Amino acid sequence: MEENTIICRCEDLTLADIRAIIKKGFHNPQEIKRLTRCGMGPCQGSTCRELLLKEVASAAGKSVGELEMTTFRPPNKPIKVKSIMMGVEQDET
Amino acid sequence: MKPKAEAVIIGGGVHGCSIAYHMAKKGWKNVVLLEKGTLACGATGRSVAGIRHQFGTEINIRLAKESVRRMERLEEELDYDGSIELMQNGYLMLAYSEEELDLFSCNRDLQKKIDPENLTEILTPEQAAELVPGLNLEGLYGASYNRRDGHASPFHVTQAYANAATRLGVNIQTGVEVAEVKKEGNRVTGVVTTGGEEISTPVVIAAAGAYTKTFGEQVGLDIPVTPERHQVAVTEPLEMILGMMVISFAHGAYFKQTPHGSLLLGVGDPEHEVKDFNERSSWQFLFDMVKKTTFHWPVLREANIIRQWAGLYDITPDSQGIVGKTAVEGFYLDLGWSGHGFQLAPAVGQVMAEIVSGETPFIDVSCMCLERFECGKLIPEPACV
Repeated sequence: MEENTIICRCEDLTLADIRAIIKKGFHNPQEIKRLTRCGMGPCQGSTCRELLLKEVASAAGKSVGELEMTTFRPPNKPIKVKSIMMGVEQDET
Repeated sequence: MKPKAEAVIIGGGVHGCSIAYHMAKKGWKNVVLLEKGTLACGATGRSVAGIRHQFGTEINIRLAKESVRRMERLEEELDYDGSIELMQNGYLMLAYSEEELDLFSCNRDLQKKIDPENLTEILTPEQAAELVPGLNLEGLYGASYNRRDGHASPFHVTQAYANAATRLGVNIQTGVEVAEVKKEGNRVTGVVTTGGEEISTPVVIAAAGAYTKTFGEQVGLDIPVTPERHQVAVTEPLEMILGMMVISFAHGAYFKQTPHGSLLLGVGDPEHEVKDFNERSSWQFLFDMVKKTTFHWPVLREANIIRQWAGLYDITPDSQGIVGKTAVEGFYLDLGWSGHGFQLAPAVGQVMAEIVSGETPFIDVSCMCLERFECGKLIPEPACV
């Protein structure tokens, strides 16, 4: 079941993957993000972030609120380079 | 009773972790590494993590040669249960003037003089475009290229060193910030954390990037290092289209594609950056970055940017690291790599462990001492952003 349950859709990580890294002793969502890419995909963790926090919390015996949240980074939603470029070109004319 | 340590390392970036590993390997017991955040959360993890032989000073060429060889077999050396994501498909340096190309040729000659096996070659614009299909040839004079260069994951390289160090008995503590380095007479005696805990130790090794300046002040040393923000954006994962790392010193821009498929696009703006510890990314960077990277490689126009971040270079007056012992007994430095520090950590970690152990280091780094800024013996590195 763990093998078939997808946690991070963008980076294709299963519940088994997440539990495996927690088992290695990583109880900080930031560290797990950097080592597994969980939440680094195009959706920036909109689904997996909370699932990851819950898994870590239950393994660490903490509440979700006690954990350090992973960082949301701009631009929040994917933007085409071309679209930004059009803004630059408009500014320059 | 105060806890005691044989040595305390400040900073859990790739340098701190490499030093910890090499010290433990040499038989040091009870080494404590203190990191205020998580491992690689500062300059290390925020870097684009290029690896190259192509430097322009003898000291960096020697450190780079050793470091690349170690990176090639790092997973094995450190018995890492993951991948450091090393991609060794070369590093291409673009020259946008006659002078720049001449400089690259001189650098290549020096590299080959020091290391006959060095593979650096000078390419015509057309040869460069064969390596990077779609490369814009406008204004391009040529390029320097070394196929044994490449890049890796800064998180995994750091973690690999940290895991190996931990297995050898190093006590790595994350979330613990050093507030003060203590000194009595001319000798360090310990560190105090922001939590008020004091660890007494005769050896303190500061490897905290630009933050190291404060620790220097506490023991009466002036370390000429300034933070300088550089920023990176990452695209969605794409089909593998770029084997090598590409850099333009003239534009301060560089990019690579990770094995995962995402492209990392980095740009710095030293001229306009306020020299402070601001680690936040900016909208202005996105404008600057798309302009520069689409100039070099127009195909990027179609890629989606999904995230951006910033990190701090630790800049010194000659863009060279500050390494080794200091006038204060027991106080050692490893910082100031000015944007090319990640890749040199394997060799520098060993050099530092040897110096701290009172041995002659396997690479002579005496020219990188702190005193060089007082006596004016600077060693400017021409090949860096």
